[in-house]
Amino acid sequence: MSVTREEVAKIASLARIKMGDEELDRMVPELNNILDWVEQLGEVDTSGVEPMTAVIPNKLRLRDDVVDAIPETSGGRREDILANAPAAEHGFFGVPKVIE
Amino acid sequence: MPENANELTNLGIKAIRDGVAGGEFTAREVAEAFNAAVASASELNAFIVTTPDHALAAADATDAKRARGEDLGKMGGVPIGMKDLFATKGVQTTAASHILEGFKPQYESTVSQKLWDAGAGMLGKLNLDQFAMGSSNETSYFGNVNSPWKKDGTNAAMSPGGSSGGSSSAVAARIAPAVTGTDTGGSIRQPAAFTGICGIKPTYGRCSRWGVVAFASSLDQAGPMARSVEDCAIMLEAMAGFDPKDATSLEMDVPNWEAALDADLTGKKIGIPREYRMEGTDRAILDSWEQGKAMLRDAGAEIVDVSLPHTKYALPAYYIIAPAEASSNLARYDGVRYGLRDLPEGAGLQDMYAATRAAGFGDEVKRRVLIGTYVLSAGFYDAYYTQAQKIRTLVAQDFEKAFEACDVILAPTTPTASFPLGSLNDDPLTMYLNDVFAVPASLAGLPAMSVPATVNSDGLPLGLQIVGKPFDEQGVLNAGLAIEQRAGFDAKPEKWW
Repeated sequence: MSVTREEVAKIASLARIKMGDEELDRMVPELNNILDWVEQLGEVDTSGVEPMTAVIPNKLRLRDDVVDAIPETSGGRREDILANAPAAEHGFFGVPKVIE
Repeated sequence: MPENANELTNLGIKAIRDGVAGGEFTAREVAEAFNAAVASASELNAFIVTTPDHALAAADATDAKRARGEDLGKMGGVPIGMKDLFATKGVQTTAASHILEGFKPQYESTVSQKLWDAGAGMLGKLNLDQFAMGSSNETSYFGNVNSPWKKDGTNAAMSPGGSSGGSSSAVAARIAPAVTGTDTGGSIRQPAAFTGICGIKPTYGRCSRWGVVAFASSLDQAGPMARSVEDCAIMLEAMAGFDPKDATSLEMDVPNWEAALDADLTGKKIGIPREYRMEGTDRAILDSWEQGKAMLRDAGAEIVDVSLPHTKYALPAYYIIAPAEASSNLARYDGVRYGLRDLPEGAGLQDMYAATRAAGFGDEVKRRVLIGTYVLSAGFYDAYYTQAQKIRTLVAQDFEKAFEACDVILAPTTPTASFPLGSLNDDPLTMYLNDVFAVPASLAGLPAMSVPATVNSDGLPLGLQIVGKPFDEQGVLNAGLAIEQRAGFDAKPEKWW
């Protein structure tokens, strides 16, 4: 399978990466080389094989049902969370206007 | 700087820790010696930022503890380099990307915190391939890392490997006694092999991923890189352990790997996977593999032939799975919560995302995000992603079967020695092939390490890889120790920086 320039432009738009004409021209053959190469996976008979979901057998834990049990991942850290925001105002993340 | 500064920077973890504990020198002297070595090695470009004050503060704390007669910890008095993929509180953490330039985490990663708790200090944040995507350390926004090694008789800048290239360069150049690395598809083992040092990726889940900038979460594992197997054992003990903040963290005790090191392999079986004899592998690499077998036989082990039939498919499967996970993980870089924002005049929210990510990601990162987006998209998901995950199951089953016949597997770490920077840039695929021997163990989540074996005719280091059963880091370290003792690798890069 190979991708066309239009398809790469569509993928870039889905991935929210702006790409100019020159960059698209460069990207199309590079992606096609990689996609041609991974095509060989189709040779492998995988009927009856389960896709891997967990590489090491490990049971999923439930945390204790306690508010703020782990301080680093709990609430009350608004200043920390906003500290690296490119635009933070009045305790919120600032974004361009989204409603006309 | 004390007169013994050069001698101090030749020491590894154990020698520093024991020397500080025994009063031969102070932790402050050690930190000052390494801070000076780091400051004079800017040509290597191994560090993105240096943190000499952090190293000194940790050293002073260790010296004060010693004065009070307290326990100094597993890494007491040892200054280390921290790969710039670990979040460090108040210290810029970039993953070598423009999009995270200036990002100062408000928290400390679990692994780095454990190292500080064990008495280590930080020399600085180490350069790497951008978001750990690369095998030569040429994708960093902050410039290539130079290996301290040169091909005999040439002056070309050589690759330190990747993605942990700043890490490998710093340890090989003796500007850090040990460093952290992370390994998604070979990023600890390949750079260790390229620079003549040791590095171990433990079983998936041993080291917490909390606070490690995510690349491919089902593969990412942290591990130590140092100049001896014993130093790797010590540092891995300090890094590993259960962490409730990581959903895939192993709820297991950390063994005392250092104390149980034993190079006597009597009764052990070493598997030699026949599929690893691949076209395109250097003659010198194959020769070193033969020497490795002889060394392990000499240590008492029996060499047995094993088969890993899906080896050929591991690398292409990896280049679907890892980009797929990356495209999802990297969706968080949106110009809203942290990092770069590019807001063109009059742009709306969607335009801002696209402009920010265009400006903030390098070419290799974009390539992988696009591949990941494509293989996960409607209509292609089963043909690519599901098929790759099935092949991942087959690769893991190959290892399970092989381990019925052997205790550890011996293989080359890489198909070639280091190459000049810039020599493989034209074709991403050729670059990917560097990890052909490293990726299968990553897909299966197995512990694996690289130890230096010899130098080739160009004077460049070659590594041997040992892969173990799940949770059997001890078996891997012990086989590594047997090779280390017999290889007697003592080559050093000549100082030019």
